Amino acid sequence: MKALRYIVLVAFFGVLMTAVVKLPPRGDVSSPVHRRTNAAGTPVAGTYYIQNAYKDAKTPNMVTVILGDYRSLDTLGETIVVLIGGIACFYILNVRRRKP
Amino acid sequence: MSEFPEHDPKDHCLDESLKEPTDSLIVHATARGIAPFILLIGLYVFFHGHYSPGGGFQGGVLLAVGFLLLRLSLGVRLSQIVMPHRLTLRASAIGALLFVAVGLSAVIMGGNFLDYHLLPIPGLAPEYLRYFGILLVEVGVTVTVTFTLVAIYDELLGC
Amino acid sequence: MLEFIEGYYAYIFLALLFTIGLYGMMVKRNLMKKILGMSMVQISTIMFWLVSAFKEGAGVTVLNERIGVDNPDLYFNPLPHTLMLTAIVVAVITLGVSFALAIAIYREYQTLDEPSLLERMK
Repeated sequence: MKALRYIVLVAFFGVLMTAVVKLPPRGDVSSPVHRRTNAAGTPVAGTYYIQNAYKDAKTPNMVTVILGDYRSLDTLGETIVVLIGGIACFYILNVRRRKP
Repeated sequence: MSEFPEHDPKDHCLDESLKEPTDSLIVHATARGIAPFILLIGLYVFFHGHYSPGGGFQGGVLLAVGFLLLRLSLGVRLSQIVMPHRLTLRASAIGALLFVAVGLSAVIMGGNFLDYHLLPIPGLAPEYLRYFGILLVEVGVTVTVTFTLVAIYDELLGC
Repeated sequence: MLEFIEGYYAYIFLALLFTIGLYGMMVKRNLMKKILGMSMVQISTIMFWLVSAFKEGAGVTVLNERIGVDNPDLYFNPLPHTLMLTAIVVAVITLGVSFALAIAIYREYQTLDEPSLLERMK
């Protein structure tokens, strides 16, 4: 039973390695996520954000523009996750349990 | 091992020593001296997020670290003056509500949810309206992250 | 061979880190060590995205007046940075909630060791 876990771990590492060596190498400028247009002919999101962030919001920091403007609904959901995490901690640790 | 140790359910505090100020003079003086500067750096990182790496999340975490350093050195009882325990979760809810209010004000002006160039601030071009919309949203994110992290520390300590 | 190591060493180390975190979650018996393993899995995923955003010879994602935006190869890809910025905060909050659950378990059963916990739950 214990050996089975290690076999699963080694097999999982092997799966990860076979997937990883098929990726484009680190720092490759011509990899698909860094191109201007993808295979279907539409603009790639990262390149679009680099070129249009300052024009749209007059803010030099592109990460702030994406976080607050283009993907602000994502940020809203994330803020609500943070708030719910705090409320969950409050209720997990303050629940009054009736003694049997 | 069958007999459980006695445990009082009302006594939720894990370690009594975390309630009182630390005995070490060096830790006490250093933490009290350095905490205002950490808060200042947090405000700088937050307000300079439009022009340099930074923004709501990073500034919020730095502000929370400033409060938590006071919590660790002064003890929970004394640092209640700086940041009361009953304030934290309510303030983080106010941050999330500010975010939603910015989005809904754009809806009321006739646009989509979180469509910043319709915000009701007169006399600004649409690009600069988006600039201030991002700033308002980041205020809400910072308030939520700061007070939630302080609240989680308080709840984990149980004091 | 040297080019392969230069291009893929970060991915290989991150796959190793992911597997070590999974080892901590599967094999270790203490709940705190399981939580630390979960944190390692999260960190390795975040670092994986950040490595994929790297471009050779590029700069930070803040607009530089002298460079301009005509050539996007001179800036890192800002999209993975943004996504992982939110993921880091969510990772911290999940860590806090899991610590809260561990503390609640400890208050109820006075132990964090998994076999003795299962024994006491009977």
